[in-house]
Amino acid sequence: MIELYNISKSFGKQEVLNRVNAKFHQGKVNFVMGRSGSGKSVMTKCTVGLLEPDSGHVLFDGRNFTAMSLNERTQIRKEIGMLFQGSALFDSMTVAENVMFPLKMFSQMSEADMLERVKYCLRRVELEESDNKLPSELSGGMQKRVGIARAISMNPKYLFCDEPNSGLDPQTAIVIDNLIVDITKEYNMTTVVISHDMNSVIEASDTIHFLHQGQVAWAGDNNEMMSASSDTLNDFVYASKLMQKMRS
Amino acid sequence: MRAIFHIGRYTKFLRSVLRRPDKWSMFRKLLVQEMSIIGIDSIGIVVLLASFMGAVMCLQTAHQVGGWIPVYTIGFTVRQTTILEFSPTLIPIILAGKVGSNIASQLGTMRVTEQIDALEIMGVNSAGHLVLPKIIAGFICIPILVIISMFLGIAAGALIAFLTGVSSMTDYQYGVQVDFKTYDVIYALIKTSVFALIMTSVSSYHGYYTEGGALDVARSSTKAVVYSAVIIMISNLVLTQILL
Repeated sequence: MIELYNISKSFGKQEVLNRVNAKFHQGKVNFVMGRSGSGKSVMTKCTVGLLEPDSGHVLFDGRNFTAMSLNERTQIRKEIGMLFQGSALFDSMTVAENVMFPLKMFSQMSEADMLERVKYCLRRVELEESDNKLPSELSGGMQKRVGIARAISMNPKYLFCDEPNSGLDPQTAIVIDNLIVDITKEYNMTTVVISHDMNSVIEASDTIHFLHQGQVAWAGDNNEMMSASSDTLNDFVYASKLMQKMRS
Repeated sequence: MRAIFHIGRYTKFLRSVLRRPDKWSMFRKLLVQEMSIIGIDSIGIVVLLASFMGAVMCLQTAHQVGGWIPVYTIGFTVRQTTILEFSPTLIPIILAGKVGSNIASQLGTMRVTEQIDALEIMGVNSAGHLVLPKIIAGFICIPILVIISMFLGIAAGALIAFLTGVSSMTDYQYGVQVDFKTYDVIYALIKTSVFALIMTSVSSYHGYYTEGGALDVARSSTKAVVYSAVIIMISNLVLTQILL
């Protein structure tokens, strides 16, 4: 489980997060949703230590990540997999080299075992045939799948996905959603997905945190969301005509 | 205030860079790659520049020589200028344009496409992983390139002196050898090593801390070249005062 307590973060005079509290459960797909600029990405970056929160702390299974030294944090980070919005694949490496990179850096595996693991991860995301391609030769959806393969190569306990469906067509988006759900259940990971895509939220979420103006304005699950009385949440959820039709 | 901020952040950056590599085998692989980019890929421009500069210096000196100034001064001046100033200073400045902008744009692109964040999330010391091989490669390759340029500059001067007839080979050779001090070469190599460190680290610093998008990558690349050149010039003055 990942717990956030009173996380605040400002950039200059602009307050982006204001005493955010959240709990992300193990074995579940925990969504964080909100409008652009609501602080979702900043919250994720504060959680994984890419940004230092001004106050508050983050616990990974009870371990206070915020208070840790750089070396201690490095150990936790080896338990984290992350899928970035733009996939963040290393463009000078092939697909297989991208997936193998964390193994080469941190595992004591033999070359043969690493290759086997890479094959398994790529098979898991149905990209076994693309192992020798460069990221620039892949479509957006394929790049996301390689990103997932790389994220799970070290058997992470925690998986973060920042806007996994941005820029993807609805069918590919569903493939990515299903993959995230399946992998979460299979590895019993604590998965945190940042998204403002309502289709994904409905398809894949177990728990939902709705961020508004730097605060968690609402938290609950999928069913509760559809019948919530929060105006700010409803304005967001039912912004599209499709969702309005669903409601009526 | 801004300058103090950059000096502080640059110092902190260098502390991260100069940490023990996470994995030596990976470091060696990256070092070889960087040596190829910084060293091998720069040989062409160094050969071209050194040859033409040596030739031009020879002709310009020959233009001044006459009357009571002996002809062997041509070889002497080409040697002194090449070893003391042209090769150790001008070559790193030219390389700051070629290699420095390459380093800054590579790291800048990695930053804006979140590849550096991806390394950090994996628990990799991104600054050390990406920048240390560049600095070491610069430290090894740039002095070698400078030595090559010294030989080529002097040789090109000899060739042009012979072809145009401004000096006999014997006079030129005598000029190159007369009053030669080994310390001049040592001084040049000390300067070059410092400039290599400045060029690679300053360019890396600007690339590593790029924020924004494509335009900001271009801006970082420009800053990397300009700041590297300015700092090299200032250091040149300071080092010359200290070492000579």
